[in-house]
Order: sequence, then structure tokens, then C-alpha cells
Amino acid sequence: MSLLEINNLEVQYVMTDETIHAVNNISFSLEKGECLGLVGETGAGKTTTALSILRLLASPPAKTVNGEILYKGQDILKLREKEMREIRGDEITMIFQDPMTSLNPVKRVGDQIAEVIMQHRHCSKTEAFRLACDMLNQVGIRDERATEFPHQFSGGMKQRVVIAMALACQPNLLLADEPTTALDVTIQAQVVEMMIALRKQYQMSMIFITHDLGLVADICDKVAIMYAGEIVEYGNLEDIYLRTSHPYTVGLFGSIPSLSKDVDRLSPIQGLPPNPAKLPTGCKFHTRCERASEKCSCDEPLFHEIEPGHFVRCHLFDQEEHDDG
Amino acid sequence: MMETTALDRKKRLNTTSGQFRIALRQFRRNKIAVVGIIIFLIIVLSCVFADKISAYDYAAQDIRNKFAPLSMEHPFGTDQFGRDVFTRMLYGGRISLVVAFSAVLLSAAVAVLLGTTAAFFGKAYEMIVMRIIDILQSIPGLLLAAAVSTAIGTGIQNSIIAIAIGQLANTTRLMYSATLTVKNQEYLEAARACGASKTRIIFHHVIKNILAPLIVQVTSRLGSGITQIASLSFLGLGVMPPTPEWGSILNAGKQYMRSYWPLVTFPGLVIALTLISVSFIGDGIRDAVDPRLKR
Repeated sequence: MSLLEINNLEVQYVMTDETIHAVNNISFSLEKGECLGLVGETGAGKTTTALSILRLLASPPAKTVNGEILYKGQDILKLREKEMREIRGDEITMIFQDPMTSLNPVKRVGDQIAEVIMQHRHCSKTEAFRLACDMLNQVGIRDERATEFPHQFSGGMKQRVVIAMALACQPNLLLADEPTTALDVTIQAQVVEMMIALRKQYQMSMIFITHDLGLVADICDKVAIMYAGEIVEYGNLEDIYLRTSHPYTVGLFGSIPSLSKDVDRLSPIQGLPPNPAKLPTGCKFHTRCERASEKCSCDEPLFHEIEPGHFVRCHLFDQEEHDDG
Repeated sequence: MMETTALDRKKRLNTTSGQFRIALRQFRRNKIAVVGIIIFLIIVLSCVFADKISAYDYAAQDIRNKFAPLSMEHPFGTDQFGRDVFTRMLYGGRISLVVAFSAVLLSAAVAVLLGTTAAFFGKAYEMIVMRIIDILQSIPGLLLAAAVSTAIGTGIQNSIIAIAIGQLANTTRLMYSATLTVKNQEYLEAARACGASKTRIIFHHVIKNILAPLIVQVTSRLGSGITQIASLSFLGLGVMPPTPEWGSILNAGKQYMRSYWPLVTFPGLVIALTLISVSFIGDGIRDAVDPRLKR
């Protein structure tokens, strides 16, 4: 049994005048200790996916239309709020993008971490505070800083505190929503290195949301490329990086500057992601795809397994399958 | 060497008392706030020990001695019945201060509860609470207090309730708007992601973040609390004569303002001094407990 299994998840934001299709029919599974990279442009539905795993989406407007999220075989979407609270922070937890805003400015960092421990371990405040100090040591912050307030920390230090808070109860699954986007590159490297080490130490599964393909290669075992609320390509690192198949993924790699190759201009993907309230028919990517054919604009492509464990949602691979069969 | 640092650390990690000490140190550094607290303590203590300070009876009349010139016997003069104004201020302070403080704190407590929950839970609950507040706010505070006082009767306790209800709308609205500004902050979502319940978020995260406007509101409302109890007394709904009370002393002095100045001047000065000292203290507390304004 997988630790986490998502089947046909569909999330919409229902407004009075329009419906935004944020996540469309996503399925994937995650084993214990595994790390999945969720990559995509802004608005591809990455954060919505993560928030719906924790059931943190504000409803209304968000609405889970379809699908199930199985955590240890149990459908999270059917749990009561009280049971859900016990899972949050203890079993599954999340790191948010901006460390500047994800700490309460008027509470001392040690107390904020201790609070999480107290809620789930039901221990005394002193005991929780001591554990919080240990946790701070683990993320490389001297424990005497536990009595300081968030504004006394730098951005990278704050993100360490946020990580300490998330890991305080040793969760099984960590959802990291672009944890390094707000940091500068040197600090980013330190934080990433620390996260890798801590993940190993606690044997924690992780969903790492990012738009940085370089980071994914460092951290993740599997990669899911998201576009307009769908997973367009899914596979392990080699599948994605060496045998890139979907035209969108190819386009993503084409937009990364390379030191080894001598190119004058980058080749970005033309156009903008589609309006999620009015998604195009057929393949969602056909409006920007260089290899789109007529079929792409009317038929929705299926999720093909082009080699074991490597899935692609594109009509280009219909043919191959057809030829093979 | 190592041992002392370990000990230091242990001391510093000692949780809540440490936080209080920091706030206290911060407060002491604020000279104006310290002056405020000294003035305020003098006023409060002299009201508490009124019978030790003054030999007069606050209700004893001495008509021959009315409107007496200022002297050591009558530092604030005497009123139209020859009663010593200084004594009446001392005794009156007991009622004025108790009523004003209790009313303001009572209305603040209810307002915090209503305002934060209304903003936080939203939906039908917010609608109901805020519309009731709208109705309360459409009636002038004093009129409302007078109406409540008429309904539930006179006396100190009822006056406190009446004034608290009269001030409720304004404070609730402030707490509501303050909560709205922190409601969508990411740290609240982060707290939820760590398993905190909604009540816990309100009491542990939201209220701490809206303390600053609350303290300012409470200190500025104290003034209107003192004048409102005076107005209620004037209407015959607060405390009954001859029981002294700051507002009614001031009110009584009004008609003799041109012929005998001390009767309005000294009570007015004392009330003003109290309010100023309270607002200094309030500012001091706000700066001391808000970790964002540092150092």
C-alpha cells in the first residue's frame, strides 16, 4: 500500500460568474520515503493540489468535485474536521513559500514550534519547549535564539524555523510549496542540503513543489510535470531528464540557460498558459505546442505509459502505440 | 565558562516570566509611560485612602462657608453647599474610576470575542453579529446607555453594564476590522497546516496580533466612560446625590463657572490628568508588548 495515493482528483474554484478548473483529473502515488517533484508554471495547480491533500482550501470557493486522496489507505476527503486536525502537523505537514509571512510576528519562534508539539504530543509546555529547542538545533539554529521573535531572523533563518516547525512532530509526509523560492541562491543551497539530510534522517516522504528543474534533479526521485491542472508527464528522474517526451517538458528544458552549450538566445515556450476558467478543448497545451495537429484541438489525449513508470499525456504517442500494436 | 553559558541559556529559556520581564524592562525605559503610571497611581491611591487623607465628610454641608477661597483647609475650594471639593473628588474618584474601568474592560472583552469570531468564522454568524452591532451603533452611545440604564435600573453595577453596552459597537467594529487584516495572513494558514483548531488560532494567534489597536481603544474609551457615568448621573440614572462622582461634580460646577472658578477647574484638571496618564500608560504597554516595535 502506498503512503499516499491520489486518484482522479478534480478541484474547481466556483465563483458566481465563472468556474476555474484548477486541478483536473490528477492521479499519482507516493511510497514511504519517496520524494516527488511537482513542477509547473504559475497557476498550473501545484499549490491547489498540495492544499487539497491537507484539506486547507477555503471552501467556498474551492470545491473538490471528484476523486479521492488515500493516505495510508484512508480517504482524507471523507474524514471529519477533528480527525483531519490530528493528521495535520503530525502525519502530514506543509512548508509555505514565503518564510517572511508564515511565522506569526508576535510570537517567539520557540513557542510557535512548541505549540505544534503540545497539540500533538499532549506534553507540558516546558517539555514541548525543550523539544522545540532540539528541533531548532537540528535545523542549524542555536537554541538560545528560541526566545527571539521572527523579525530578528534573516530570511534563510526564518525558513529554517518554518522547517523546524513542520518537522517538529516527525511527520510521514512533507508538502514543500516552493520552500526556496523566496531565498537567495546561496541560502537556497544550504536549505536544500539541510532538507535532504533531514528527509533521510526521518525517512520522510515529500512532495516538493517548484518551478526549478535544477532543484528537482537534486532532491526528487520522481517528477510530475503539471500544465493547466493536469499532469502531462510523469516518471523518474532519468525518464524526465534524459528521455524527455512531452512537448511541454521539452519546452521547459529549452528555456533553461545552459553553461555547457553555446546558444545565443533561449527558446522560450511561446504564449501564455490558458485561462483556467476557459480551458481549450482537446489537449490543453495545443495552443502553444509546436507539434500540434488538428487532432490535438478536439480530442483529449490519454495518459500513455510509454515505458514502465514513464507516463505522457500527448497525442504524439498515440501513433507509437498504434504502430507497436 | 561553559557552565555559566549553560546556566544563562536555561535562564533565558524560562518561558513566560522572561517575556514579562522583557516587557517590563521595555516599559521602564519609556519615561513618559513611567510618569503616567506614577500620576495614575497617586490618583488611585488617594481615592482608595480618601478617608485617611481628608478629615471632612463628603456630604457634610456648611452653608456659611460656601464658595470658600482656596486655602490649606479647602485646597480645591468648597461648592454651593459648602462641601469640601477636594474630599468630594477623592470619594468621587472611587466610583468614577471603578465604573469607567469596569465598563471599558467589560465592553472590550465582549467586543474582542464578537469582533474576532465574526471576522474569522464569517458566513451567517458574521452577518447576524455585525448587523446587531450596526443597530447598536445607529443609536448614540449615551442615549443607548440611558435606555439600558432605564430598563435595568440605577446603581453602580447597572451603570457599568449600561455604559459597556453603549461602547460595545465601536470597539467590536474595530476588533472586527483588525481581525480582517490578519485573517488571511499566511501564518494562520501555516498554523492550520500544523493542526491548530480554529478556536486555538483565534486565541493564540489572532488576538495577540490585534492587541495594539485594542490597548489604544481601551485607553481612549476610559475618558468617555468617565463622562458617560457623569451624564447618566446628571439624568438621574447613575449614582444618586449626595454620593459624589467626578462627572456630577464637574456638572454642578458648570453653573458657577463665572462667579467661582475653582469648582470646574480642579475637577476638570483631575479628570484630564487621569485620562492623560492612562493614555501614556496605554502607549507604553502597547510599545512594550509588541515585539515588532523594537529596540
